[in-house]
Amino acid sequence: MSEVAENAGRLDVAAPAIELIGISKAFGSVQANKDISMTVAKGAIHGIVGENGAGKSTLMSILYGFYKADSGSVKINGVPTVINDSHDAIAAGIGMVHQHFMLVDNFTVLENVVLGAEEGATLGPSLRKARKELKRLADEYELDVDPDALIEDISVGFQQRVEILKALYRQAEILILDEPTGVLTPDEADHLFRILRNLKEQGKTIVIITHKLREIMDVTDSVSVMRRGEMTKTIATSSTSPEDLAEAMVGRRVLLEVNKSPAQVGETVMEIVNLSVTDAHGVKRLKNVSFELKRGEILGIAGVSGNGQSELLEVISGIGAAQSGEVRMQGEAIDISPKANAGMRRARGIGHVPEDRHQRGLVMPFMTWENTAFGYHNEPEYSKGFGLANQKYMMQDAREKMERFDIRPPIPQLIASSFSGGNQQKIVLAREIERNPDVLLIGQPTRGVDIGAIEFIHQQIINLRDAGKAILLVSVELDEIQALSDRILVMFDGVIQGERLPENTNEGELGLLMAGVDPEAKA
Amino acid sequence: MNKNLPKWVDLGLIPLLTLMLAFAVSGLVVLSIGQNPIEVVKVMIQGAFNPFGIGHTLYFTTNFIFTGLAVAVAFHARLFNIGGEGQAGLAGVGVALVMLSYDWPHWSIALIVGTVAAMAFGAAWAAIPAYLQAKRGSHIVITTIMFNLIAGALIGYLLVGPMQAEGSLPESAKFPSAASLPTMYDMLGWFGIGFDKYAPVNISFFLALIAAFLVWVLIWKTRLGYEMRAFGHSEKAAVYAGISPLKITMIAMLVSGALSGMMAVNTVQGEAERLLLGAVEGAGFIGIAVALMGRSHPVGVVLAAFLFGILTQGGAELQFTLGIPAQMITVIQALIIMFTGSLENMVRIPLEKIFLNAGKRGRA
Repeated sequence: MSEVAENAGRLDVAAPAIELIGISKAFGSVQANKDISMTVAKGAIHGIVGENGAGKSTLMSILYGFYKADSGSVKINGVPTVINDSHDAIAAGIGMVHQHFMLVDNFTVLENVVLGAEEGATLGPSLRKARKELKRLADEYELDVDPDALIEDISVGFQQRVEILKALYRQAEILILDEPTGVLTPDEADHLFRILRNLKEQGKTIVIITHKLREIMDVTDSVSVMRRGEMTKTIATSSTSPEDLAEAMVGRRVLLEVNKSPAQVGETVMEIVNLSVTDAHGVKRLKNVSFELKRGEILGIAGVSGNGQSELLEVISGIGAAQSGEVRMQGEAIDISPKANAGMRRARGIGHVPEDRHQRGLVMPFMTWENTAFGYHNEPEYSKGFGLANQKYMMQDAREKMERFDIRPPIPQLIASSFSGGNQQKIVLAREIERNPDVLLIGQPTRGVDIGAIEFIHQQIINLRDAGKAILLVSVELDEIQALSDRILVMFDGVIQGERLPENTNEGELGLLMAGVDPEAKA
Repeated sequence: MNKNLPKWVDLGLIPLLTLMLAFAVSGLVVLSIGQNPIEVVKVMIQGAFNPFGIGHTLYFTTNFIFTGLAVAVAFHARLFNIGGEGQAGLAGVGVALVMLSYDWPHWSIALIVGTVAAMAFGAAWAAIPAYLQAKRGSHIVITTIMFNLIAGALIGYLLVGPMQAEGSLPESAKFPSAASLPTMYDMLGWFGIGFDKYAPVNISFFLALIAAFLVWVLIWKTRLGYEMRAFGHSEKAAVYAGISPLKITMIAMLVSGALSGMMAVNTVQGEAERLLLGAVEGAGFIGIAVALMGRSHPVGVVLAAFLFGILTQGGAELQFTLGIPAQMITVIQALIIMFTGSLENMVRIPLEKIFLNAGKRGRA
């Protein structure tokens, strides 16, 4: 040890790029990281998988200097390194690409790259230097971006490249990527992986945090699994399988495939005809969207987030208004003007599990018994006369729902924010499904939900379908769409880009549709 | 409210400690003007609680309960009603109009009519900013402040014009004496208990306590209160649940304005028995502090209102006995607001750490 310390400053070629030794970190009573040791070899792509809250992001934040570990130490290239903030991290050659990009929207690519690394009082020389450097990086790593484009004008995939360029411009030798593919189309994700392999060939070390097991299998050399703050497993990727990783993440065998019988499709319950939505900024979000939804089917809507799916759900659920078109429920047109509200939809038998459960689906500081009636709170069974709420019944109702949907801990007085993501989502699902709606709109059913709960939630959705209900499923997780849907619509830029049956398509084709390319038209 | 702390710490210990901190700093300020803080506290307490003072203390408390509840109700719907001053002022005009328009035969009828008028005028004055906020997005803080100024100017005009009584003072005619509300002296007299005959505290004090209870029922027991709280926590969630933001904004502000307005029953109808200039005397603004300190809970509001009642009356005594300027008391009030409102975390965070560590040791 002391020898290494003495040799600090001299590069030890054989030493691993990253060495974490006995890292522990607690937030209040929550032990986010428990005595974690991890080694990443130089020039490797290392994956870290784990459920939400397993401690992956905390660990990487410690490495990047956002948090200070309670105990443990870090060695970079064999040299003990104290990282107190991101400046230390950058100085140690560590770059991080955050899940939510840290870019200034109305700056150009070039300005963003230079931001925080300006040299001198005037910008000119730095910008010129950066322009040259960007050109070199672009050629070397397939990282081409127009340096003069504004961030707000380029796609998410390109924005991510800017983040990577920022790190490389700061001489990063170690690159950490937090959930890098969450916002990308499959095509963009493939491009990203090519970039990462290029970087690896040039000797860079890469750490990817993700919850997508397939990506781990595709791109990494080694993988660590985290569960409840502990590192349960570190293994060479070639000697493991998605099933094994899932088991290590959850602590038990998990069904990765969804078991479902063929759909018994009935008559049409809902028709969407030429629906168009223009937002407050005058941007067309939905352009003449038409489709039908039938009893007993799950209609999946695939697409990269922000291509009109949210607006579609908002109009059908009565939250937002449409400028033109029609929504028919059992043959009868329903009000899609700004006068409509979500209560009217519930009265028509349309339930809604919203995409954003923190902002919409739940009132976070409300107790569970208040949340399990939310939206239906004016129904007679929840009322007591004189405008009073029947709190006794609400409490009992919550207790029953919590039991049926296995919501843990089953205490109706707990506030929503004290539950895990999976249990929160189950509260929303319990509320909407138990109302027995004719149509259930579901947005991102498993976003931020642990693998164990995903299985349960998927089963509930299929049970509802088998009970003859119509389900409109919106998800940005292509795997989920493919696993659950009986029919798939792909949305791109407010348009239904194509319709496919899951058995007759594949990820590649859906990915092209998601990127706005019609594979049939091209052929 | 907070999962890390027991309820008694959250609702009891923290306000108490912040209050003590505020008093400690106030003590330093008192020292700096060459007065003895202990002497000052003694004079204040005596002034607020002696047989003459308590009647005033409770009178001020009544005002602050009404305005504090008003701010609290709006706050549950995340609306910051700064307009208590104007709403209470306008309510005074309403009370004066109905009191002077008819010879009400008995105080009980006068109380009902006066209360309804006060609530209606207060609510109406809150309705316009509420509508502008809900429909046009004009920020309610700005509009209610503007409405305070408009109300002040309007009342000034009325009292030197249409509503001015014969004579030179800018005030309305005196209300008919049959409509006089019973004072605490009268009411306790019914039970043979003695009280200061000239104390201004009157039946409105009990009206304030009833209002506090009804606010509690509204916020925590009714479906409307549930909708207001949901809207207050997340407007997006409220819209998802089919709750109309326009409806909730209007109702919350109407209730809030009506509560502010009820203060006029205490001041204009109960005490002055005529409309005077400056009848509200800043109680609308103190209501903000009261709601803040009372954590927007009716029980907290009543307690905080009592504290501010003591400060107001004790402060007057301070000026009278020790010649300490009235602004001094404003400084103390400001310190309390600062400590209980914005510096609460100074006490909360260390306490959370202490309890966390105690919990850890307890488990180990």
